[in-house]
Amino acid sequence: MPEPIPQEPHTAGGGRTPEDGAIAATGMGGAMDLATSEGETLEGPPAAGPGPSATPRSLWSDAWHDLRRNPVFIISGLVIVFLVVISVWPSLIASGNPLACDLAKAQEGSQPGHPFGFDGQGCDVYTRTVHGARTSVTVGVCATLGVSVLGSVLGGLAGFFGGTPDSFLSRITDIFFAIPVVLGGLVLLSVVTSNTVWPVIGFMVLLGWPQISRIARGSVITAKQNDYVQAARALGASHSRILLRHITPNAVAPVIVVATIALGTYIALEATLSYLGVGLRPPTVSWGIDISAASAYIRNAPHMLLWPAGALALTVLAFIMLGDAVRDALDPKLR
Amino acid sequence: MGRYVVRRLLQMIPVFVGATLLIFLMVNVMGDPIAGLCGERQCDPATAAQLKREFGLDKPVWQQYLTYMGNVFTGDFGTAFNGQKVTELMATAFPVTIRLTLVAIVFEIVIGVTLGVVTGLRRGRPVDTTVLMFSLVVISVPVFVTGLLLQLLLGVEWGWIKPSVSTDATVGELIVPGLVLASVSLAYVTRLTRTSIAENRRSDYVRTAVAKGLPRRRVIVRHLLRNSLIPVVTFIGTDIGALMGGAIVTERIFNIHGVGYQLYQGILRQNTQTVVGFVTVLVLVFLAANLLVDLLYAVLDPRIRYA
Repeated sequence: MPEPIPQEPHTAGGGRTPEDGAIAATGMGGAMDLATSEGETLEGPPAAGPGPSATPRSLWSDAWHDLRRNPVFIISGLVIVFLVVISVWPSLIASGNPLACDLAKAQEGSQPGHPFGFDGQGCDVYTRTVHGARTSVTVGVCATLGVSVLGSVLGGLAGFFGGTPDSFLSRITDIFFAIPVVLGGLVLLSVVTSNTVWPVIGFMVLLGWPQISRIARGSVITAKQNDYVQAARALGASHSRILLRHITPNAVAPVIVVATIALGTYIALEATLSYLGVGLRPPTVSWGIDISAASAYIRNAPHMLLWPAGALALTVLAFIMLGDAVRDALDPKLR
Repeated sequence: MGRYVVRRLLQMIPVFVGATLLIFLMVNVMGDPIAGLCGERQCDPATAAQLKREFGLDKPVWQQYLTYMGNVFTGDFGTAFNGQKVTELMATAFPVTIRLTLVAIVFEIVIGVTLGVVTGLRRGRPVDTTVLMFSLVVISVPVFVTGLLLQLLLGVEWGWIKPSVSTDATVGELIVPGLVLASVSLAYVTRLTRTSIAENRRSDYVRTAVAKGLPRRRVIVRHLLRNSLIPVVTFIGTDIGALMGGAIVTERIFNIHGVGYQLYQGILRQNTQTVVGFVTVLVLVFLAANLLVDLLYAVLDPRIRYA
C-alpha cells in the first residue's frame, strides 16, 4: 500500500515523506534528508562548474573536483588511510605484543616507551589501541559491505519492479525499524559463544540492511522516471541492461553517502555491544573491549578509557566527515 | 481524518505482528528459556521436561506465539521466572523510563531546534561552523563513553550530581542521564533543523513575509520554522521508540531501574516472558509515535489533509 499522504514525488525540496523520517530515525538525520532529495536535482543538465573548462563534466568528476579542494575531505581521508594502514600492519608503529602484559604495572600512568600507560591487566595501552584498530575497521568495513550489497540489491530490485514484492519488502523494513538495534543485538548475541567478529558482523547486516534498502529503493524509483530510462526501454533494452547501465550509475550516490556514514556508526555499535558484554570477547583486541574493561576503573585510572575511546571517536568522526563531504560534493543544490 | 486513522491502524497490524514474532523467535529459538531457571547448573532432564510442559514450551513455536498474544490482549503478560508478574515489573519500570525519555525529548526540542535555527540562519559563519563541528564530535563519541565521562566529571570529580540515580528517579536526578540519552539525537535534530531552515530561507514565502514588513521574529517563528519543522518532527517522533529501547546503555551507566535495566537483566538471565513483554510494549509505543507524527503533519502544514 502506498503511503497515504498526498504529495507529488517531484516537488521542489520534496523527499520529505514519512519514510525519509523513519530512515533518519535510525541514526543519520541530516544525511538522509539531503541524500534522498538529491536524485531530483541531479536530473538537470550538469551545472557548468566555476572552473575554466567549458566542457560539461559528469556528476562524479564534478564532485571529485570539489572534493580535492575540501580540507574536511582531505583530513578525514588521510585519517582513514592511516587507520587502514595500521590495521593491516599494526607493527609499523607499535612493535609490542598487545597480549603481553605485566600485572605489576597495572593501571600505571604513562612512562617512557609506554606513552599511554598501562591498563588493568598491565598491558601497554598504546600497543592495544593501535592493534585494536584492525578489529574495528574489519567490523565496520565488512558490516558496511554486507549491508550495502544486501540492501541495495533488495531495495533496488523492489524499487525497479514495484508491485507486490515492493510492498512486501516495505512492510518487512517497517518491521525491522520497529525493533531497537541495541536490544536486537543483546537478544541475538547473548546466546552466541563464538570468539570471532563474524557473529557481530552478521547481526549488523541482519538489522542494518533495511536502512540501505529504503535509500536504494527511493533513488531507483527516482532514477527510473528519467527520460533516458524511457528511451532505453523504447529501444528495447533488457531489464538487466536498464538496471545496470542506466539506473545504477544514477542511483548509487545516496547509497554510497549513507554507507560511509553508517560505517562509522557500525564501529561505534560494536563498541557499545562490547560494553554491554555481548559484542566481542577477549582475547580479541578491540577498542570496545578495552573501554568496557576500563569503565570499572574510570575513577582511578581514566587514561585506560580515554585513549581507546579517543581513537574510537576519531575513527567514527573521520567516516562521518568523509560521508558529509561526499554528500556536499554530490549535492548540486548546495553549490 | 477518522478514516485515515483507521486505515493507519490497520496497516500497523502486520508490522506489530511481524516485529513481535521476530523478537519472539529470536528469544525462543536462539536461547533456551529453561536454562535460566536452573541457574548455573545443567537442568535435570526430567525437571526440564516438566518445566517445559508447565510453561507450554513443548508446543510448536507458532502455537506458543498465538497463546502468548492471546494472553497479552487480555492484559496478561505472563509471569517472570522468579514468580513476579511481568505487568508488575512494567508498572515500576515504565514510569521511570517515560520520565527519562521526556527529559531527553525536551532537551532535543529546546536545545536542538534552537541551535538548528541559529545555525541555519547564519550558515557559514563561525557560530555555524563551531556548532556543526561540535555536533559531529557528539555524534562520533559513543553514548556510553559520553555517559561515563559526564558521570565521572559531574558526579565524582565536581560533585554536582549524584553519580547514580535512586530508585525514585525524580526528574531532577534524570537531567544528566536524559542529556546523555538525548546527546546523539540532539546533534541530529540540530543538523536536520539547520539544513531545513537554510533550505527554506530562500523560498518565496519567506521573501514575501519579509517584504510585507513583518517583524523578523514573526517571519522566523511563524513562517520559516513552522515549514521547516516537518522533517524534525518526523525524526523526533520515530526517535521516541529508539530512546525508550536505547536507554539500556544510559540506564546501565547511571543505575536507573527502568525498562532498559529490566530488559538487560531479562536478556542476561534468559527471562523470556520479561523480554518479549517489554519489547511488545516498546513496539506499540513506536507505532503509536509514528501515527502521532503523521497526524502532526496536518497541523504543521495545512496543505496536507487526510481524507
